[in-house]
Amino acid sequence: MSRTDVLVDADWVDAHLDDPKVVLVEVDEDTAAYEKNHIRSAVRIDWRDDLQDAVRRDFVNKAQFEALLSRKGIANDDTVVLYGGNNNWFASYAYWYFKLYGHQDVKLLDGGRKKWELDSRELDSVVPERTPTRYVAQAQDSSIRAFRDDVVGAIGVDNIVDVRSPDEYAGRLLAPAHLPQEQSQRPGHVPTAVSVPWSKAANDDGTFRSDDELTTLYTGAGLDLSKDTIAYCRIGERSAHTWFVLHELLGQSSVRNYDGSWTEYGSLVGVPVQLGDAPGGPEGGAA
Amino acid sequence: MCAATVGGLSLEGIDMAKETVIQGTVTKDGQPVGGAYVRLLDARGQFTAEVPTSATGAFRFFAAPGTWTLRTLAPGASVDRTVVAGLGEVAEVDVSV
Repeated sequence: MSRTDVLVDADWVDAHLDDPKVVLVEVDEDTAAYEKNHIRSAVRIDWRDDLQDAVRRDFVNKAQFEALLSRKGIANDDTVVLYGGNNNWFASYAYWYFKLYGHQDVKLLDGGRKKWELDSRELDSVVPERTPTRYVAQAQDSSIRAFRDDVVGAIGVDNIVDVRSPDEYAGRLLAPAHLPQEQSQRPGHVPTAVSVPWSKAANDDGTFRSDDELTTLYTGAGLDLSKDTIAYCRIGERSAHTWFVLHELLGQSSVRNYDGSWTEYGSLVGVPVQLGDAPGGPEGGAA
Repeated sequence: MCAATVGGLSLEGIDMAKETVIQGTVTKDGQPVGGAYVRLLDARGQFTAEVPTSATGAFRFFAAPGTWTLRTLAPGASVDRTVVAGLGEVAEVDVSV
């Protein structure tokens, strides 16, 4: 796996806009962004309505994922290129989803929608029509997904990376600062988790930093790259961005995204929580 | 709600007693700039959040009390502004790019 296998730039996308085996997919937190405009020929996946189960807190299952991709006109042998706003948070989240269900060829547009816009590239409002397919997904790849018990078991043992902003890590904020702060969870972080905000892995324009810069970033923060790693954030989308960096760009073999993230962990009864700017010991506590 | 700011985004439905709001408008030559990106950096220069501006150039953050930097990115422009925000208050910042 190398950077060119998983990441494409805008020129590559421009050259493949009319390639029938390349499907551009926009995934945004602001689900109205696509309706305003999007890269020509791109279809939309709604991270909430399309990727979450409507009743229980979980992903769509294999059959639902197959129905979604079939409806969107995505075939098993298509190259899927994902992009979106928020520095590709939700595109990374969808990328992780595609990998979870075993899609072979999926890539991210480096810099996502932001860089495309800042470079004043063309956007279109026409919604393309694609012929439905019969998509067949694989069983979920559990090697890239962590659950709450995996996180509790990793405290003081494996790498845990908290990729939220420093204020969320320390417990001074409960949500990213573009969202209201009233939340039910306890503030803080998983004890022994190191803080490496997702944003440090990206440049201002949303593109990923170089492999050398990324390696220095994580080792400098105290991550032991010989150990297994779990990444988490608030709802699992920013940590999908970090999962992409560690697993897809840097080729770390055992990296899992904890999609329950802080909205689950911070609501659990009886688990240790650490406040403040330091990782803390396994028992957690105040700063 | 008495905390709404004249000319600013509506704060209806937001419990302002619990929020520290930073908001404003991005303009170029006096005209609003939609689709610019405003990044909120903390006192140590660390990225905290980012929002695209609305069609009317408006942006808003729910922050914590303290000193922040707003970095506005638009095609061909990057502008930094410092802002001090307080709990229960709305800090209005207008950015020209």
